[in-house]
Amino acid sequence: MAKNLFNKVWDLHKVTTLESGQEQLFIGLHMVHEVTSPQAFQMIRERGLTVLYPGRTFATVDHIVPTADQKRPFSDPLAEEMMQAIEKNTAEFGIEFFGLHTDYQGIVHIIGPELGITQPGMTIACGDSHTSTHGAFGAIAFGIGTSQIRDVLATQCMAISRPKVRKINVTGALAEGVYAKDIILKIIADLGVNGGIGYAYEYNGDTIHNLSMEGRMTICNMSIEGGARVGYVNPDEKTVEYLRGRQYAPKGEAFDEAVEFWNSVASGPDAEYDDVFELDATTLEPMVTWGINPGQAIGVSAATPALSALKPEHREVAEKAYAHMDFQEGDPIKGKKINVAFLGSCTNARISDLREAARIIKGKKVHSTVKAFVVPGSKQVAKQAEAEGLPAIFTEAGFQWRGAGCSMCLAMNPDKLQGREICASSSNRNFIGRQGSPTGRTLLMSPAMVAAAAVSGEVVDVREFTRQPVTV
Amino acid sequence: MAATNSTAVKTLTGTAIPVRGNDIDTDQIIPARYMKVVTFEGLGQYAFRDVRFAEDGTPKPHPFNEEKYNGASILLVNRNFGCGSSREHAPQALNKAGILAVIGESFAEIFAGNCTAMGIPAIALASEDMLQIMDAVEADPTVNITIDLPSTTITAGSHRYSFTLPPAYLNSLIAGTWDSTSVLLDNLNQIHETAGRLPYVHGFAKGA
Repeated sequence: MAKNLFNKVWDLHKVTTLESGQEQLFIGLHMVHEVTSPQAFQMIRERGLTVLYPGRTFATVDHIVPTADQKRPFSDPLAEEMMQAIEKNTAEFGIEFFGLHTDYQGIVHIIGPELGITQPGMTIACGDSHTSTHGAFGAIAFGIGTSQIRDVLATQCMAISRPKVRKINVTGALAEGVYAKDIILKIIADLGVNGGIGYAYEYNGDTIHNLSMEGRMTICNMSIEGGARVGYVNPDEKTVEYLRGRQYAPKGEAFDEAVEFWNSVASGPDAEYDDVFELDATTLEPMVTWGINPGQAIGVSAATPALSALKPEHREVAEKAYAHMDFQEGDPIKGKKINVAFLGSCTNARISDLREAARIIKGKKVHSTVKAFVVPGSKQVAKQAEAEGLPAIFTEAGFQWRGAGCSMCLAMNPDKLQGREICASSSNRNFIGRQGSPTGRTLLMSPAMVAAAAVSGEVVDVREFTRQPVTV
Repeated sequence: MAATNSTAVKTLTGTAIPVRGNDIDTDQIIPARYMKVVTFEGLGQYAFRDVRFAEDGTPKPHPFNEEKYNGASILLVNRNFGCGSSREHAPQALNKAGILAVIGESFAEIFAGNCTAMGIPAIALASEDMLQIMDAVEADPTVNITIDLPSTTITAGSHRYSFTLPPAYLNSLIAGTWDSTSVLLDNLNQIHETAGRLPYVHGFAKGA
């Protein structure tokens, strides 16, 4: 029985089986951010422990960082306190810290790959559920809680049970205007927000391997929204070329050695899985969420579902969604008015996302009723965008151009929805209150769809939008 | 109370509080704006904050606002409870609000792992049993519920139910090894041996 990537990488990192039956897994890379780590550092300090492998631990700040004014001290004293805590903790334990004073600060799941820290065949953990993003490189990457951060800091290991592996085979060419975001929203809509519990997802098939590394990151990023703690793509030529020359990637002869290792962990054609799900990508259209979880998504040309058409177990949440969104059953999603357009987050704030959005809004203006802003995922993304002249395109259209951070994806910083505002968002969660207003509303979609909605003041089909002649 | 040091969790008895609904996410359990803290102390007041209170502070109908559930230590929920983010602040807020165990139809994976790492059993019951217990507690909030981990049973009034909990979680709670740091550190030599055979830990240097 040929092993898939997940089981190969797991077996390589297995330290032992614990008495409880859980396995002790060595974590090759630990990423740390300011929100979930301070209590963990405090716990190891109180127990007289230290960080076992500080060289395999990297930290940055993203969740609480203001994106408009990043001067210290921050105007929010609570945010400033968290900032000082991570500065102190990383200095005390000898952990490399990509703070605001460096050129490499950004959303933790964006900087790992762009610096070449994230590599195939690794086990990766971070106190953040979107850690699955790193799986795009053929790593197995887990979101963990603070007690587990304590474990990883002190022992470079986790106690964990091995999940099953589901291959999600996506085949066929994507239509114009359809992106990685639409694929993952469709997968979650089909399998459900709890469909992945107990599974790692291997995304495979020609559609996935034809995506850029950035598209693959978008897909792996949202695995957790489908209940799967881990999502990954087997490494291929694109993975190798992406990593070649990156700051923390191996160099010279070591790079060739690395490539050999990376290739050795990929699932072969005869690899076995606990389950397989097939998705035909040729019929996909741009997806938009209409409800309060990421599984409540439909194609842009569709209408919101009738409660009677839903499975009984989905009706209760759908009713709650209609009440919160103030939408009716059978409403077309196209034409829903928006107040805010947010381009950002670990799901979609990489350079390719910004390029695509800029291409769509170039020469157009943000609708007069819409507040629109772009938050690059990292300082490096911002720098690259500046080199390509993207900020000017955005600001001329009426977007605000901000500094790197998590921003309005979870609103732990000054970027928040107000009252009942509806936001067209390139982020990953449309939970009630997620974007900072308990009564605010979120429509998840691709960056291109967000850009088109910003200009139109309502949800539009980006495929029709791009066909219109450009008007200034 | 889940202590800093890992202690055995074998039986728990207390009254319960039902919070109905599927897919209750961690943003509902604790909104992100209350996570701007460097300790977990004081999070209890923010449990379910936005579903308990309007923005102006007016209480909304919610079990956590009902006096009849005061003192409850067992939370009763439905399907996929705790989905969303990995924030341990969610079970920490519940724990600081007095919750020592959660019984539900199913749990999001990271949430269940966080609960276990805090010594809080997150145990699953069949849907019909869950609804029966919820109905019983709503009818009489004083009913005592006993969770017995070794026999994997729950007793509620005169009814007895069998629950499921992943064996590794069950074992670590009963053995008192749910706080895994010291258990993991016991294998220090094996940790270094494992690191030693990973090519990337040594920069892919030949012969390393």
